Amino acid sequence: MELDDPTFRFGTEPVVHLRGAVALLGRVPALAGVDLDVDRRRIVLLRGANGAGKTTLLRALAGLVPITSGEAVVLGVDLRDDRRAVRHRVGLLAHGTGLYDELTVADNVYFWTRAARADMADAEAAMTQLGLDGRLRDVAVGRLSTGQRRRTSLACLLARRPELWLLDEPHAGLDKDGRDIVDALVRDAAAAGATIILSSHELDRSIELADEIVTLGGGVALDEGVGGGDGHVD
Amino acid sequence: MVMLTDAWLIARKDLKLEIRSRVAINQVMPFALLVLVLFAFALDPDRGLLEKATPGLYWIAVLFSGLLAMQRAFSLEAADGVTDALRLSGLSPAGIYLGKTLSVAVQLLVLEVLLGIGVAVLYGTSITGWLLLLVTIVVATAAISTAGTLFGVVAAGLRVRETLLPLLLLPVLAPVLIGATRAFESALSGTPSEGWPWVGLMSVFAVVYAVAGIFGFGPLMEES
Repeated sequence: MELDDPTFRFGTEPVVHLRGAVALLGRVPALAGVDLDVDRRRIVLLRGANGAGKTTLLRALAGLVPITSGEAVVLGVDLRDDRRAVRHRVGLLAHGTGLYDELTVADNVYFWTRAARADMADAEAAMTQLGLDGRLRDVAVGRLSTGQRRRTSLACLLARRPELWLLDEPHAGLDKDGRDIVDALVRDAAAAGATIILSSHELDRSIELADEIVTLGGGVALDEGVGGGDGHVD
Repeated sequence: MVMLTDAWLIARKDLKLEIRSRVAINQVMPFALLVLVLFAFALDPDRGLLEKATPGLYWIAVLFSGLLAMQRAFSLEAADGVTDALRLSGLSPAGIYLGKTLSVAVQLLVLEVLLGIGVAVLYGTSITGWLLLLVTIVVATAAISTAGTLFGVVAAGLRVRETLLPLLLLPVLAPVLIGATRAFESALSGTPSEGWPWVGLMSVFAVVYAVAGIFGFGPLMEES
């Protein structure tokens, strides 16, 4: 499924453009001047030790953490002018599930799909792709295992069809089948026109998946390299 | 139009969560009835006083029990990254505000009907002035839920929200408590004309907080 926005379907400008981007958590600079450019359809792995700034960078790109200085443009939106404007176009898989425990898997996926004004057929397709279309669809999320919750969160993200996927430890809590499904979804999304930025401590798997690797440390990008993906941009 | 669609989506979700979790049925409503019973125990020796104080006791019970419902409305969103998911959802903040207000209002209305039955049975209050009573319930419910939802999001981002919300909200709702009590007194004493100005006051209160919520909920949600 191709993304519908002609700007980024055919555009050449980077999906993410950061220059000297600074973000504060309290008074501490969690991002201390990050430079990063990510083109459309790329899969980028962020790696680094705990506290390197990976999660803050993903949240800043989602418009959840304000950029206090530097340049920050995501999907053509200047985050320093209006970071809310980009939010409905990105999908963030965070540490929290973003799910309501008392609602069923289907209730949650339908709710977040409707909230994003996405097609309900995509909600059904997403549950099928994540293996949630059987008996699990009517089970309350509070009764699911960690891996099943993770898959439900991914189904919510997938159904929204975001242009930019921001995945914070997407393999965490998943078994091998689940991890394979995540990798397949990421590759399919990139092939369909989306851009993916993920952080992971599952380095063997993630390096193989990524087109580019960015190493973060102390809130800055220390190094950039090439991943094991084909690196091809249409 | 988008705002109303979003409001309906949020209200349906919140009410479905309440029905599934049964917190309102198993905790809020028994608490409300318990408050009525305790008032009855405290004032029972003077049956006349109990009947005379019915309007005030009724609305105090509504406020105390309503606080639980309002805290619950925001604790739902505080769990496991849901607040961030709401921010990213594309739902309009005004729609989220109106949806949560509607959900709280529906729960309060159910609670008020139950408490109405409670005062009739426990306090022996004879119900008169139906029109004024019903309009007062609707308007006071709107006033409590519009202000409660706005202050709920203020408190939502704070670690001490459970204790802070009553401290913030109860003084703000004092005019509603006074207005609803006076209107009920007028209805029950057979002088409804004296109650309508209080209904007008509560209507203004509800409109002011609804407008403040529609425009202020977004920035407040950013801080929560």
